[in-house]
Amino acid sequence: MKAIKNIGLIIFLTGLSIFTGTIFTGSFSLTTSEVEAFIQEKGYKSDVIRKELIKAAASEKELNIFDFSSRVRAAYQASNDHYDALIARYDAEKNWDKKGEQYQYKIYGKPHTLSYELAKKAGKGYVKDNAGMFWWLTFGLGIIGALLFILPNFVLLGPAGIKNNGIYLESATNRGWIAWLVLIYLVSFYLVLYFMADYVVNWTYILDPISEFLNGGQASQWFVYGFLYCVIMIVMAARMYIKYRHNKYQVVRTTSVLFFQIVFAFLIPEIMASLGAPGYDFKNAFPLDYDFFFEWNLDSLSQSGAIGIFILVWGMILTLIIVPVMVYFFGKRWYCSWVCGCGGLAETLGDPYRQHSDKSLKAWKLERWLIHSVLVFSLVMTIVTLYCYFSGAQSFLGINSQWIKDTYSFLIGAWFAGVIGTGFYPIFGNRVWCRFGCPLAAYLGLVQRFKSRFRITTNGGQCISCGNCSTYCEQGIDVRAYAQKGENIVRSSCVGCGICSAVCPRGVLKLENGPEQGRINPTEILLGNDVDLMKLVNQK
Amino acid sequence: MEHIVIIGNGISGVTLARHIRKNSDKEITIVSAETDYFFSRTALMYVYMGHMKFEHTQPYESWFWKKNRINLKKGYVQQVDPKKKQLVFSNNETLSYDKLVLATGSKPNKFGWPGQDLKGVMGLYHKQDLENLEKHAPNNKVCKRAVIVGGGLIGIELAEMLHSRNIPVTFLVRETSFWNGVLPAGESEMINEHIKENHIDLRLSTNLKEIVSDENGRVKSVIIEETGEEIPCDVVGLTAGVSPNIDFIKNSETSAEPSRSIETNRGILVNRFLETNIKDVYAIGDCAEQREAIGNRRPIEAVWYTGRMMGETLAQTLCGNRVEYKPGHWFNSAKFIDIEYQTYGWVFSERSKKDTELHFHWRHPKENICITVAYDKDTNKFLGINTFGIRMRHKIFDRWLTEERDVNHVMEYLADANFDPEFYRAYEKEIITKFNQENNTNIQPRKKSWKRIFAKA
Repeated sequence: MKAIKNIGLIIFLTGLSIFTGTIFTGSFSLTTSEVEAFIQEKGYKSDVIRKELIKAAASEKELNIFDFSSRVRAAYQASNDHYDALIARYDAEKNWDKKGEQYQYKIYGKPHTLSYELAKKAGKGYVKDNAGMFWWLTFGLGIIGALLFILPNFVLLGPAGIKNNGIYLESATNRGWIAWLVLIYLVSFYLVLYFMADYVVNWTYILDPISEFLNGGQASQWFVYGFLYCVIMIVMAARMYIKYRHNKYQVVRTTSVLFFQIVFAFLIPEIMASLGAPGYDFKNAFPLDYDFFFEWNLDSLSQSGAIGIFILVWGMILTLIIVPVMVYFFGKRWYCSWVCGCGGLAETLGDPYRQHSDKSLKAWKLERWLIHSVLVFSLVMTIVTLYCYFSGAQSFLGINSQWIKDTYSFLIGAWFAGVIGTGFYPIFGNRVWCRFGCPLAAYLGLVQRFKSRFRITTNGGQCISCGNCSTYCEQGIDVRAYAQKGENIVRSSCVGCGICSAVCPRGVLKLENGPEQGRINPTEILLGNDVDLMKLVNQK
Repeated sequence: MEHIVIIGNGISGVTLARHIRKNSDKEITIVSAETDYFFSRTALMYVYMGHMKFEHTQPYESWFWKKNRINLKKGYVQQVDPKKKQLVFSNNETLSYDKLVLATGSKPNKFGWPGQDLKGVMGLYHKQDLENLEKHAPNNKVCKRAVIVGGGLIGIELAEMLHSRNIPVTFLVRETSFWNGVLPAGESEMINEHIKENHIDLRLSTNLKEIVSDENGRVKSVIIEETGEEIPCDVVGLTAGVSPNIDFIKNSETSAEPSRSIETNRGILVNRFLETNIKDVYAIGDCAEQREAIGNRRPIEAVWYTGRMMGETLAQTLCGNRVEYKPGHWFNSAKFIDIEYQTYGWVFSERSKKDTELHFHWRHPKENICITVAYDKDTNKFLGINTFGIRMRHKIFDRWLTEERDVNHVMEYLADANFDPEFYRAYEKEIITKFNQENNTNIQPRKKSWKRIFAKA
C-alpha cells in the first residue's frame, strides 16, 4: 500500500513536471499577413505597431514564448512610446489638434494580455499538435498519480474515524519545506495566470479540444484555470470522501460543493457560451462577483435579450433576497461551504492545511477590520460605477470610476482572492480569502451574527478543552474558548464546515438550525454543576 | 488586598482563578512546577499523535494572565506552613498567602512492580511524561514494542498513541474484559473487539510480574505473572490509574502538632465546602477527597469537569458567598480509539450494580454503535444511559434525570436527545423496537421537537 502511494506520488510529480515543462516548449511566429489580420481585428490604426509587430512576431527565428512575449511587448511599447513622444512634442508646440489626433493610435490594454492574444495564434509545436497525448501526460498522469496517492488511505488510515495522525509531524502539513515549495508553486501559478498569461499559452493548447467540444471555441487561460479547478476539486474530494467517510455531513457537503463547482461554475457557463449567451455562474453572488455591475457586464447582459435580463434580475435577487434568507435559515454555510467555488477549493485542496489559520485575538481583530473594509470598498466601487454608468460621468464623489474598478480588480480580485487567497494555503491556511477578504462573506457574516437560526451548539459540560476544534477551524475561530464555557458559537466568520464537530473527541459540538431564542447563551457556570449555583451566577 | 495562592495550574486551579477574578479584585497567584501556562492535560495524547502542537493545548494566550492580573509562579512547593501561612519552595524561596488552595492534581499509580523505575518506564499524565515518551518511543525503529499495563482510559489512550506511530503494542489488562469494572459486559466486549481491530495485542486477565532491565538500566522486557511469558519491549506504560499528588502535603505534617497539619487520607480531606481542616486552606480537583462521598460519586473524582466545577464553586466561597459543592447529575465522556462514549446518570457494570438496576442493551449489527439504558426494576425510573458511537444532548438527559422520568419516557423521546451531526443515520426506531420486544411495551418513537428541546426546565 505504501508502495502504491509512492508510485502515485512519482507519477503525479511527473505529470506536474511535464505540465510545468510544456511552458518552455513550442515556437511562436506568425506570417506577415497573419499579423496584419490581427491588427485589423483589433482595429489598431497605428502604422508603427504594424511595422513593429511584423518585425517582432513574423520572425524567421524559432522563438520560445518568453522571447516572443518580450518582443511583442517591446513592439507595443515602441509604438506607444512613439506616439507618447509625438503627444509630448505637439503639447510643447501647443498644437492641440495634432496632439488630439495621436490618441487614436495609442494601444490600450495590458501588454501581457495583448501578447497572449497574439501568442495564442502564433504557437506551433509538439504540444499543440499532440494536445490529446499531452492531456494524458499532464492532467492524466496528475490525476492517476494523485488518486494512487490518495486511495490507499482507505486501508492505510485504518478503521473509519478522525485520523489526523502525523499532521504536525510532516513537512507538507506542518509548514515545512514541502509546504513552502507548494506555496511558491501556487503563488507563481497565480502570478503567471493573472498577470503573464501569455507565458502559459501552451497550457491552453492542451485543452483546446475539450474547450471546442464544450463551447465551440478555443481554450483561454481562464478555461484552463476553470478546468484545472474542477479536476483538482474532484481528485481532492476523493480524499475528503475517504478521510471523512464516517461523517455523513462531510460526505454530503463535499458532494454539494463539487456539484456546484462542476455544474454551475463550469458546465453551465460553457454551454451558455456555446449557445451564444453570456456565460454566467448562477451561484456567484455579488459582491463576490464584484464585476457584476461593471459597465461591460451590464452592457453585455442588456444586449443579450431575455436571458441577459433574467441574469440581471437573478443576480440582484440572489444577493438581496436569496442570500440573506438562506443565511437566516441555515447560516452562511449554505453558501460558503456548500455552494461557493472559493469555498469548494478550500474544502478540498485546502483541507490538509486547515490547521494553519491563526487563532489569536489579534488575527480576529485584523479579520474584522479587513473583511469589512473590503465590503465597504466593493460597495463604494459599485456605487461609483453605477452612478457613472447611468449619468455618463467619469467619476463620482471625487472617485474615478475606471481607477477604482482597476484598483479593486488588481488588489482584491487578483492579489487577495487569488495569489494570497489560494497561494498561501500551505502556510496560512485554506481560508485566508474567505476569512479576511471576501466581501460576500462579510455580508453573510453580518446576517449570520445578528439574524439567523444557525449556531454551533455546545453540549453542556462535556468539553475537556483539548483544542482539536480550535486547531482544525479553518476560519481561525477559537472554538474551544466558547465550548469550554458552555457557550454556543455564533461567530460571523463561521462557514459551517462542520470539522470542529467532527474532530471533537467528546461529542461536544453540533451545527444546527434552531429557534433564535436561546441561540446566544452566555454562561458562567456550566450545565452539570449545582442547579442553584448555575442559576445564581448565570442570571445576574 | 487578600492574597489567594493556588498550587496547581490545571483545570481546577485555573477555573478558580478566573472566577475569583470575575467576582473580585483579590490578588491571585498560581504556582506550578510543571509548565509556565495552563494546558489541557487531556490533549497531551494529540500532541504525540501529531494532531496538534503543544501550544494548541493551551486554552489561553499568554497575554491572558497579565490582562487578568493572575500571577504565574513556576516553582516546586516543598512544604506548606499553615501556621505562618507560607509556602516553602524547593529552592528555599517562600511565598505568603492569606488563603491557600491546593489543586495539585494526580500522579500515576505504581504498585511496587520490580523495575517500575527503569528508563523507558513511564506513566502518561504530566507534560514531562510526553517528553519522555517522545524520547523513548519516537518511532517503531527506536521502540520495537511497547507494553501497556492497566486497562483504563489512559491505557487505551496510550495504546492509541503508540499505534498512531505504528509501534506494536501489547496491552495488559487485569480484568477479564476491558474496563468491565465500569462498563456493562456488552459494551466492554465491543471495546475489546475494537482494540483488536486496531491490531493492538490485547491480553485480558493478565498481570504484570516484573519489568526486566538491560545492562544500562533500560527496559528490556516484561514478564507476565500468569504464564511467565517474557515479552521483549523498549517502553512500558504504567496506566493503572492515578492517585492524588499530595506527597508534599504529607511531608509538611508536623508530628509535634498534628492538629496544625492538613488532614489527608488518599487525598486531601475536605468537607462539602471544599475546606480542609485548616482554616483558609482549601482543596479542589483530583487531589481533594470528600470526607463522605456525594451520592454515587467516588470520594476522589479525577475527572476534568469535576475539577472545573469545584473551581467554579470555591470561587463563590472565596468571594464571600459560601457555597456548598453540589455536583449535579453524573455525566462523562471518553473516546476509545474511534469509538466515542458518553454517559449520563448512572449505569453500573454487572460487577457493581444493584439487583434492582435493570439494563436494556442495543447494539448495531455491524457498526461499533451501542447503547445501554439503566432503569429501576420496580419503578421503571430511568437511572442512566451509556452510548457508544451516538452523541447525546447533555441538557436533555440532565432534565430527564432531574424530572425523574421513567424509562418509557426516555425511549419515547429519545430523538430529542440525539446530538449526532446532521445527516447522520438515527437509530431510535431500531432501539425502541427492540425495547418493545423485550418489555412487551408499545412505545412509539416521537419525532425530534425543537420546542421540547428548548423548553425551559
